[in-house]
Amino acid sequence: MSPDNTLLELRNIARYFDVSPPWLDRILERRGRVTLKAVDGIDLAIRKGETVGLVGESGCGKSTVARLIVGLYAPTRGSIRYDGVTIAGEGVTGDARALRLARRGMQMIFQDPYASLNPRWRVADIVAEPLRAHAPATPRTELDERVVALLLQVGLAAADGAKYPHQFSGGQRQRISIARALSTNPHFLVCDEPTSALDVSVQAQVLNLMRDLSRTLGLTYLFISHNLAVVHHIADRVGVMYLGRIVELAPTRELFANPQHPYTRMLLDAVPDLEMTGKSRVAVAGEVPNPLDPPAGCTFHPRCPYANERCRREVPKLRAVGGDAHGEAACHAVEEGRLPPRAIPLAVA
Amino acid sequence: MTSAAAVEPLLAVEGLRVEFPTRRGTLVAVHDVSFTIAPGEVLGVVGESGAGKSLTGAAIIGLIDPPGRIASGIVRLAGRRIDNLPYDAMRLVRGREIGAVFQDPLTSLNPLYTIGRQLVETIRTHLPMGETEARRRAVALLEEVGIPAAARRIDHYPHQFSGGMRQRVVIALALAANPKLIVADEPTTALDVSIQAQIIALLKRLCREHGTAVMLVTHDMGVIAETADRVAVMYAGRIVEIGPVHDVIHRPQHPYSVGLMGSIPSIVEERERLTQIDGAMPRLTAIPPGCAFNPRCPHAFDRCRLERPELLPAGATMAACWLRLQ
Repeated sequence: MSPDNTLLELRNIARYFDVSPPWLDRILERRGRVTLKAVDGIDLAIRKGETVGLVGESGCGKSTVARLIVGLYAPTRGSIRYDGVTIAGEGVTGDARALRLARRGMQMIFQDPYASLNPRWRVADIVAEPLRAHAPATPRTELDERVVALLLQVGLAAADGAKYPHQFSGGQRQRISIARALSTNPHFLVCDEPTSALDVSVQAQVLNLMRDLSRTLGLTYLFISHNLAVVHHIADRVGVMYLGRIVELAPTRELFANPQHPYTRMLLDAVPDLEMTGKSRVAVAGEVPNPLDPPAGCTFHPRCPYANERCRREVPKLRAVGGDAHGEAACHAVEEGRLPPRAIPLAVA
Repeated sequence: MTSAAAVEPLLAVEGLRVEFPTRRGTLVAVHDVSFTIAPGEVLGVVGESGAGKSLTGAAIIGLIDPPGRIASGIVRLAGRRIDNLPYDAMRLVRGREIGAVFQDPLTSLNPLYTIGRQLVETIRTHLPMGETEARRRAVALLEEVGIPAAARRIDHYPHQFSGGMRQRVVIALALAANPKLIVADEPTTALDVSIQAQIIALLKRLCREHGTAVMLVTHDMGVIAETADRVAVMYAGRIVEIGPVHDVIHRPQHPYSVGLMGSIPSIVEERERLTQIDGAMPRLTAIPPGCAFNPRCPHAFDRCRLERPELLPAGATMAACWLRLQ
């Protein structure tokens, strides 16, 4: 894990949203401001060429992380470094050119291929737009050639450039999104649930395409999904988020074979799998608490069977656990070694 | 629990056809679909968007939105024909004999009434009970579906419940009159994975305890794998394979089922590539002649492009594929 190899680094990044009722309501109802801590102190380093998966249930802040990285939100605290340049937060670079270059090196793929493509634009214009923004001097012929090459690269036909988004199915639209993201020759793609809106057979096409592209172009991905099986398939390392924090971060194989954090274990036990015909899984008690009023200490403690007084008081930090090969977990019980071995290890096929 | 040979099926669907007349001609969304569900059995219906699985469920409970209509076919519930009942008669079947659970628990509940009022109304519509007795039953139902402090929560409105709790309320509503069959259309799709596990476990337990049969419509094969006894795979409006869940998952016979199973990523198995079915399901306006799957099928031959295969025994399952005849 040489530090030189790091492409993107999040340092203690946080994003709060003010979700207070209007001023007059607050006065009349004698209520204070309300802050939603969508992301509350995340450290994450992504190395060149790797795919990092980020999983968690709705409202855990995974999409906010994606939006922070690509600059759609400004961080409330902390900083983001990309390729040696601080692109957001504390100590952000004053060098506009360096910032623009860094931004050009990263692109985003969104969840909903129906909402993320402009219905009034032809596909060729959609795909060419990032190039026009980042390199306005590109001659028209070069732009057209590039668009055709991109469309072919993602498995569409050159003639598809003249069509409109509504003429394509969901999977094909997601291919258009990928072509658009690749147009500036980025090194880093932030993928926010790129296959969640797709049917499984189409999801398989898109996942295969993304893997092929990462191999041929040496891309680095941050792959965000609520689907653990998809993340297991595509990621090299996985971070598990719960209420705005990463609770476990480990190489994929380790995380799925030997999960440390009680929340990770719970999630894995909850995933329905084809291998589980006829077996019943352990239903987990409780629900994600209201993020506006998260529990004190470890936010998972109300649902955790191993919680004690310390868990209710003190926020656990991500620490290396389970030997060198594993990763990090934020759990007092793991740290103190009072977590029993996993109750139901899944049979490895 | 192979109940295909059961003497008296609870639900028997024969040759069901659902059509939508449009200006450009009639679209056939469900094509000649036949299956049975035995008492207490869980039949999973899987398929991708547009395969006709939800419409099949809607046809059974008589909730196809006009201009869509059942063009032909017979639906029998415990031997009685229900597809041609007048609206009011069907209303009594729905709820009393067939319960329904839909995907989005927020839209299945009336936001303006407390859940207690909705439960009591449902119970009193279908069962000869007074207000107090119905309310007592409502509290018992809520307790049964695992809502904490049910006696207090009964007077709350839907928005005061979380997604998972709301889906529990919807299940309580579906069970209110002790129906023999529940049609559950994507009951866990809107829920997070940990809540999904709770709801599935709940549905399974309740159906076992009450002996209720379930038609579980979902696109999530994992949910089917651990819940269903039998599974029907739908493609472009037709059932292409139907059989015991274990066989369909581990020894699928139809090339589409094979592709579908292979395209699902697993949390236990590591694969470099997922099986890929190229192309997409045809639109209803452009269903190819012969087997609807033939343009995407790696094994298609001449007959597949000309002649449509019927469901035929193939191994432990029934598959609509010419390959299985050879």
